[in-house]
Amino acid sequence: MRLTADNLGGERGGEPVFDGVSFALAAGDSLVITGQNGSGKSTLLRVVAGLLPVAAGTVRLNDGGEDFPDVASACHYLGHQNAMKPALTVAENLDFRRDFLGHPLMTTEAALDAVGLDSVGALPFGYLSTGQRRRIALAGLLVSFRPVWLLDEPSAGLDLASERRLTALMQGHLAEGGMLIAATHLPLGLDDAKALVMPGGGSG
Amino acid sequence: MLALYIRDVKLGIRAGGGALVGVLFFLAVIAVAPFAIGPDANLLARIGPAMLWIGALLASLLGLDRLFQVDREDGSLDLLILGSSRHMLPLTVFVKCLAHWTASVLPLVVAAPVLGLLMNMSPLATFATALTLLAGTPAIVFIGAAGAAVAVSLPRGGLLVSVLVLPLVIPVLIFGVSASYAASTQPDPFLPPFLMLCALMLFFAVIGPLAAAVALKGASD
Repeated sequence: MRLTADNLGGERGGEPVFDGVSFALAAGDSLVITGQNGSGKSTLLRVVAGLLPVAAGTVRLNDGGEDFPDVASACHYLGHQNAMKPALTVAENLDFRRDFLGHPLMTTEAALDAVGLDSVGALPFGYLSTGQRRRIALAGLLVSFRPVWLLDEPSAGLDLASERRLTALMQGHLAEGGMLIAATHLPLGLDDAKALVMPGGGSG
Repeated sequence: MLALYIRDVKLGIRAGGGALVGVLFFLAVIAVAPFAIGPDANLLARIGPAMLWIGALLASLLGLDRLFQVDREDGSLDLLILGSSRHMLPLTVFVKCLAHWTASVLPLVVAAPVLGLLMNMSPLATFATALTLLAGTPAIVFIGAAGAAVAVSLPRGGLLVSVLVLPLVIPVLIFGVSASYAASTQPDPFLPPFLMLCALMLFFAVIGPLAAAVALKGASD
């Protein structure tokens, strides 16, 4: 499986944010995107996921097989919001994710265990702290299989121990042949990651 | 898809879901009508079906603007759009509409016969109105979904959704009310307007989710 972007350009509300971004990821590769605020890190992730239209260039997934014919079908997208419902319990949120996304991978208990929050399954998501919410969102990546993880500031709000756990989760995903693109300001502990520095920035 | 339906119904009936707001609004409209119109029992019975329909129409428009906005605010809308390679987006919208109807609009249909008592309606007219509401309100939700999707990124899009949708639901209102009247006033046939109402509902069930899916795709940012 191979994810390639060729001269990719993105825009927000008609204003070009970046252009000429190219990268190629094979199974087990990761890409860490850094850059100033407003340089288009999040926009790039959303363009790759297909949530924003491609302004220029192409992004393709090759050899995804029947299960993953295009990029969007192969992606987990973790944005700034956690995509969880505050009124539902943590377990209900994760169960929904697994049922809706298909390709079940881990049980809810196992996923909660993997982020070190095995006791909060019955609590409403809205009762959790910022860091705990982020960890549950990370558990959401584990309940259903997707070869490509798009992570926007995945470590925002996490404590040191959770950051280490996140690194381990990401390394595990890569070891199993997954791919990963993360936009971040903080080092994520991925030693072999390719680096992409977004040029420019909104405020200079 | 079933998972999405169950999730949305749960969200609708849990605290903060706002399913009861519609019923309370409906109750408020119908309860004050006799005071405003006066104690003429015959007049009340005559305008009863129309009042019930107007009340139910406005009450079901009430929560519609939040249909996709809540999902957008907490990021779940990205999840639904990303999932569209497995589940067609119009189908996802359709299921969301069904869930919204079950949680927020079905209670209105159930409450309608009780509120019919306040309007001095005969049992037959009450029953017919409830039946037309059952057939007609899904059409309001389906076409309302298209309006809600257009206004999804506007923070106070509630009124805009109502204004966008209102012209399209007028036919539903016309056929719904005329079928309700026809049940109690003898020479008018009940079936033709009722079947027109069902046809409108089926028509909007196709057009609404398709339009909403296109709007959601275009509005993602």
